[in-house]
Order: sequence, then structure tokens, then C-alpha cells
Amino acid sequence: MQPGLSFEQAPPISVPFRFFLTAPLFGMAAGLLLLWQGPAAFASRWTPVALALTHLLAVGFMLQAMCGALLQMLPVAAGANIWQPRRVTHLTHAGLTIGTLLLVAGFLSGTALLFRIAVPFMTISLGAFALIVLIALFRTPAQGPTISSLRIAVFGLIVTIALGATLASAFGWQLALPLIEITHVHAAWGLGGWSMLLVASVAYLVVPMFQLTPPYPAWLARSFSLTLFCLLAAWSLTWLPLQRPAGLQVALGCAAALLTMVFAVVTLRLQGQRRRKVTEPTLLFWRLAMAVLVVATFAVVLQQLNPGVEDYAGVPFLLGVLLMVGVFMPVISGMLYKIMPFLNWMHLQKIGKPGLVVPNMRQMISEPRMMMQFRLHLAALILLLAAVPLPWLVYPGGVALIASCVWLEWNLVVATRNYARFSSELAARLAAEQAPSPQPPSQGRG
Amino acid sequence: MSGITSALQHHHKLCDEDFAGAEEAAHKGDWTACAAIYDKFRNEMLAHFSVEEDVLFPAFEERSGMVDGPTQVMRSEHVQMRALLQQMDEALLQKNADDFGGTAGTLLIMMQQHNMKEENILYPMCDQALGQDGDLQSRIAAGLNV
Repeated sequence: MQPGLSFEQAPPISVPFRFFLTAPLFGMAAGLLLLWQGPAAFASRWTPVALALTHLLAVGFMLQAMCGALLQMLPVAAGANIWQPRRVTHLTHAGLTIGTLLLVAGFLSGTALLFRIAVPFMTISLGAFALIVLIALFRTPAQGPTISSLRIAVFGLIVTIALGATLASAFGWQLALPLIEITHVHAAWGLGGWSMLLVASVAYLVVPMFQLTPPYPAWLARSFSLTLFCLLAAWSLTWLPLQRPAGLQVALGCAAALLTMVFAVVTLRLQGQRRRKVTEPTLLFWRLAMAVLVVATFAVVLQQLNPGVEDYAGVPFLLGVLLMVGVFMPVISGMLYKIMPFLNWMHLQKIGKPGLVVPNMRQMISEPRMMMQFRLHLAALILLLAAVPLPWLVYPGGVALIASCVWLEWNLVVATRNYARFSSELAARLAAEQAPSPQPPSQGRG
Repeated sequence: MSGITSALQHHHKLCDEDFAGAEEAAHKGDWTACAAIYDKFRNEMLAHFSVEEDVLFPAFEERSGMVDGPTQVMRSEHVQMRALLQQMDEALLQKNADDFGGTAGTLLIMMQQHNMKEENILYPMCDQALGQDGDLQSRIAAGLNV
């Protein structure tokens, strides 16, 4: 074990903030695409528009915010130091931002060249990110369910990247590959093997921490991630172009969905037992996400048991909205509303000295503003789900999604500006305090 | 297996409990109840810091030789938490629910991530380095009983 614990290795505040400030922009772009295309956006999951929409949300919004949060969280919460944090940050942020634009432009225009650029660009940047994070996670002396689940989640990310690169290569170089099968497996790893496992890893840490709930039951925290990973791996093998064992595929798909449902139900129950009674926006976002996760996993089971339902184009759209707009976007928003104010406060602490009062977290983003975004996001979710039977609702749904993302972005911009304002105020107060008496500053370090 | 630090670990939970009580009372605007629970919470926190800084950390530092390591980081986080408690004192005095709630929310995260580092990393290191030491254990217990 390393004697020096890396408690103080928090990266500069600009590292996570650039990811957080970029993510909502892609959410807005997804809303605009919905408005532009109208009900045609969900005519089939295989249209270029549907693929562009998916990647705007999954890579542009979700992965963007997730990578930023991981770069921040690993050194602080997991004692895992990132190699070359600045370079990794630039590379990952560029990979995600330019990569999303390349993919979306490639889907919408059908230009093979864009995929040929996207493949090496995204594989190198995101692949390097995943490998560096994985190495950091294996080298940390810290232990516990969060660390072991994070390791498994990053494996899931690597599988997702590899399959995504394969698909994009097929588009770029017109390779004859079983695209539909690979797409199913790619999507399942992206949403289940990476995003879901990341949410679970973080939940073991923050659900008890933010609301003072009992800890997750040990059996769940110990086995959830590995079991889901193995179920997904086995399910993926049933897609190999051998004789496809349809019954086994359905059974594994249902098992993975039901296991995830158990996670969501346990989380809701723990939150119900919280000792902290004050309700905050972050709690509401988490509770919404977990309630929708129960519905979404139930929908997956129904879909698995009714094979013909795949032909109805509304089903993939419904699942996509449930999982991305209903589960992952709310968790991310709720987390950002804790992470950004706390980082502000923590970094401001370093400017000041003991005795100099630093504004508290609530002064970074006000709670009513967070609540407003919660309501807008809830409206977007309900309208987009209702658009499956009533397609014209896609227009107000798209508007609500844009509004939610604009509001989120504005709240994050306010937090960033408050950081700048408070830090110059603190510096000025510090200078004013030191100016009249030119004595050497006392040993203020604790 | 109860190591030397198990009393400190239990004490974290007690502090959590009283934190939640004080925060809820302030949120409801019941300042009398808040003052009573907060006072208890504050004393528990300060006693906890003192026991660690005056009893546990010096023993660990002496045994392990790690003087500038994790104990130093914990000490500086204690300083930050003491400052937050002071801000809460002020807010309580002025019955300012917004300041009290905002500072409490900040203290909660600070406190929880601090406890996590102690419980996952530092306490196990202390238990390993210090073994079973009855005298130390009773000094810790005495310091926490205020």
C-alpha cells in the first residue's frame, strides 16, 4: 500500500466544469432535432435521425457529464490518481465533443468520410480515457463496493466503445457486418453495462451520504454489478450468428432487467428510510430516476416476452425516452447540483484562510432554480412518453426538453460565475485584511 | 472484531442522527428545538475532533511514523468543519433558516466524505498499527462521553 494517501489530489476546478457546461448543450441539440423532425423522429429506431438523437443524448449529454464527474471523483473519493490529468482532460473532452458532432453529422448526412474520421478519433480519445481510468482504479489502495463496481463499469464502457467503433467502421468503409445484431449488443452495453453500473457504483456512495439512509444491503452492493455484467455477457453471446437460442436470449434479457429493477426498488426503499427529512432537488431527481427505472425495466421484460412488439416503432422510442430522459438525465442533473456547488465551496476554501467565511453551497445555485428545472424535465419526460400514442406531442415535448436543458445550463453557468465572483471577493478581502498590518501571516494551516 | 476505532465509528452515526434532527427543526422554523439538538450535535462533533486530534492521531503517528500523511489531511478538514459549525452558530443566533440550511448542507457533504475516508482508510490503518490497546480505547471512550 502507498503510504501517502492521495486525499488532496483534486484536479483544478476547470477540469470537471468544462464537461458539465458542455453536456446540456447536446441535450438542447436533441430537443431541436426533435422539433425539426417531428413525429418522423421515432418512425423507426433505425432511421438516421433516431440514431443521431440517441447519440446526442447518450454521448453528448450522458457520457460527457459522466466522464467529467469521474475525473473529479476518482482522486477524491476513490484515492485513484489519474495519469496526466490535464492532457487526459483535453483529449477526453475533445473526443466527446467533436466525436458527438462527427457522429451526428455522419448519421444525418450519411457521409462515410465523417465516420472514417470519427472512428480513430473517438476510439483513441475515449479508449485512452477508459484505460487510464481503469488503471487508476486498479492501483488505488481504497476498497469497497464502489471501487469494484466502477472497475466493472469501465470494462462495460470499453466493450461499448469497441462495438461502437465496429459499427462506425462498417458505416465508414461499407463493411458487411451483422449491423442489427451488433447494434442491439452495443446499446445494451452502453445503457446497462456502463451507464447503469456507473449509477449503481455512485449510488452505493452518495445515496447514504446525501440523505443519511441505511447503507445498501451487502449482498446487493457486492453482487449486483458482477451479476449484471455476466448476464449481459451471456446475453451478448446469444447474438452470435450461430443457431440463435431464442428462449435463452429472452431469459437472460429478462433476468438482467429484473435484477436492475431490484436495484431500483432497493434504492427507493432506502430513500424512504432516510434519517434526513429535508427534501432537496437532488433527492427528487434521484427518486424520479429510480421510479422510472422500475417502469423501464418492467417495459423491457414485457418487450422480451412479446417478440412481435419490436416491429412497433414506438417501443424503442419509449424505452429510449424512459432510460435516457427518465433515468440517466435526472440522475446526472441531481448529481451536478451537488457536485458543482460543493466543488465551488471546496476550491474557495483553498483561497481563503481559516476565519474567512466562504459562501455556502446554497449560495452557488439557488434551490428554487433547481426545482424549476426539475419541473421542466418532468414535463419533458411526460410529454415525450405521451408522444408515443399521440405523435403531435413530440413538439411540446421537444420544447420542454430544450427548456429543461437551457435551465440546467443556466444554473451551471450561474454556479461558474458565482465561483469567479466569490473567489475575487475572497482574494480582495484577504488582501484588505493583510494590507494594514504588514506582519507575516500566522501559521494558519491546520 | 472491534478494533480501537469502533467507538469512533459508532459516534459518527450518532452525530449524523443529531445533525438530521437539528436540520429538520431549523427547516420547520422550530428554533427552540433546533437550538437544543444543535447544541448536542455541536458538542459531539467538537469532542470527536478532540479525541482524534489529541488521542488517536498522535498514537498512530508515533507508532507508524507517518506524521505528514492522512492524519494531517484529517486535521485540516476538522478546521474546515469547525469553521462551518461557527457559521451555523451565527445562523442559529440570527434565526436565519436559509444560512443555517445552506451551511448544514455543506457541512453534511464535508462530514460524510470525511467519515468515509476515516472509516475506509484511516481507521483500518489505525486498527492495524495500534492493535489492541486497552488504555487507548478507554481514553477514546472517555473523550467521546461528554
